[in-house]
Amino acid sequence: MLEIRSLSKTYPTGHEALRSVSLSVPEGQLLGLIGPSGAGKSTLLRCINRLVEPTDGSVLLEGRDLTGLSTGELRRHRRRIGMIFQEYSLVERLTVMENVLSGRLGYLPFWRTYLRRFPQTDIDRAYHLLDRVGLGDRANQRADALSGGQRQRVGIARALSQEPELLLVDEPTASLDPRTSRQIMRLLTEICAERHLPAIVNLHDVPLAQQFMHRIVGLRAGEIVFDDAPTALTEKALTGIYGEEDWKSMRQEDEEAADSEADAQRRLKEIAGR
Amino acid sequence: MTSPVRPWKRPPTLVRDPRWRRVLQVGIVLYLLLALGSVHVDWLRVWEGLERGQRFVLGFLQPDFTSRWNDIQKGLVESLTMTVTATVAGIALSVPIGIGAARNLVSRPVYLACRFVIAVSRALQEIIVAIFMVAMFGFGPFAGFLTLVFGSVGFLSKLLADDIEEIDEAQTEAIRATGASWWQVVHYAVQPQVLPRLIGLSLYRLDINFRESAVIGIVGAGGIGATLNTAIDRYEYDSAGAILLLIIGIVLVVEYSSSYLRKFLQ
Repeated sequence: MLEIRSLSKTYPTGHEALRSVSLSVPEGQLLGLIGPSGAGKSTLLRCINRLVEPTDGSVLLEGRDLTGLSTGELRRHRRRIGMIFQEYSLVERLTVMENVLSGRLGYLPFWRTYLRRFPQTDIDRAYHLLDRVGLGDRANQRADALSGGQRQRVGIARALSQEPELLLVDEPTASLDPRTSRQIMRLLTEICAERHLPAIVNLHDVPLAQQFMHRIVGLRAGEIVFDDAPTALTEKALTGIYGEEDWKSMRQEDEEAADSEADAQRRLKEIAGR
Repeated sequence: MTSPVRPWKRPPTLVRDPRWRRVLQVGIVLYLLLALGSVHVDWLRVWEGLERGQRFVLGFLQPDFTSRWNDIQKGLVESLTMTVTATVAGIALSVPIGIGAARNLVSRPVYLACRFVIAVSRALQEIIVAIFMVAMFGFGPFAGFLTLVFGSVGFLSKLLADDIEEIDEAQTEAIRATGASWWQVVHYAVQPQVLPRLIGLSLYRLDINFRESAVIGIVGAGGIGATLNTAIDRYEYDSAGAILLLIIGIVLVVEYSSSYLRKFLQ
């Protein structure tokens, strides 16, 4: 259970990214965070594990306040929160296995990780996770040898190797094609269901959010303007989140994309029929 | 169906006004002429020098490896030892200082302190440091070793620090998010990103250190430079020619092998 109480963040530039945001995420819930770019979605995620220091408010994970922890304590609490990134953020020159094992850094002393002496249980878990995301045979390949979808799978395995109690997912599909996006979202939702894991997922793709999330929170200019089930996400609500102009142009782009995809499908069929 | 001619010229980027451009061009030419006029050349001295130069070139054409071979060999071994040990010690010192001088990894006071060390090392030219070291530790290769270490630290730490400041922060952020400590972040997120370049730079520095070891020998810091200096002082241009040929040969070998190694590693 994660609870955010009146969280605010003002950057040194004076930009107010978050204005007193309150939110609680029960166990097993997939929460989709949507909103126009610059609404503070990314900042909200990063304030939870304090990659960005919040200016005010508190973040409680299982009743323990994470704001105001000392560096050492913060490290012990950060390892309970797995994070998955937009550009995968794998260490490119390390192997797939090393990337997955790096999820254990918060649990091990420096000398062990320096000598790559990971406990056998961690290695077993890493192999198991790689099998789960379908990359069991890639353990010793370098991360930069993988495709986008495969890299994101490694990113998921890394986050899960932390044995997290919460997942923070930042635009997991922004750098992927539509088909791979759906596969990754399906994998994420399956894994969260298996482990009864709550997740906060930043998404810019509204249909994807509606399809996979249990609950949608709309953020606009650092404030929550929508918080309801995906079915309640009507035309009117979306206009409220994105603003009239943006929502119209977004919908138009989506329609154009759908049209061009349908067109491509039709032409493929024609070629196949010939 | 002929379309009208549409000429095109690249629009001026730096100085827009054509009059100012003209003034600048004339000004630069004028300055060059005046500057050249201020150089005094003693043509008689040049004529005398040509004769010495000729002897030098002749020495080069008939290099004498044998009569001073013992000295040359001793100088070469000294120079190579100096080069290798100084490069290794330089790398060992440069890594911590370089990490300390990367703004994205350390606090402000540490950053400023390490940048200061780098600035001092880079400000002093090797010859000046060598004179200083010889004065402190006496003639010989130990002064040369210290000089080369000093120079290597400035060179390697600065380039390493600049490299660390340009790494992909997303990878660092991801490792930090797992709960990794500062040392673990350096080892897992920073090191893999900068190591290939650090190896390349170290090999490059090895090459520079050998050439420098020949130069600083002239001011008394041992090595092949000292042998060369003695040969020139004794007007033994044939031996000097042999030494110069050997230096060129060794630099070539180091150059080729280090560029091959760098390619192999990256």
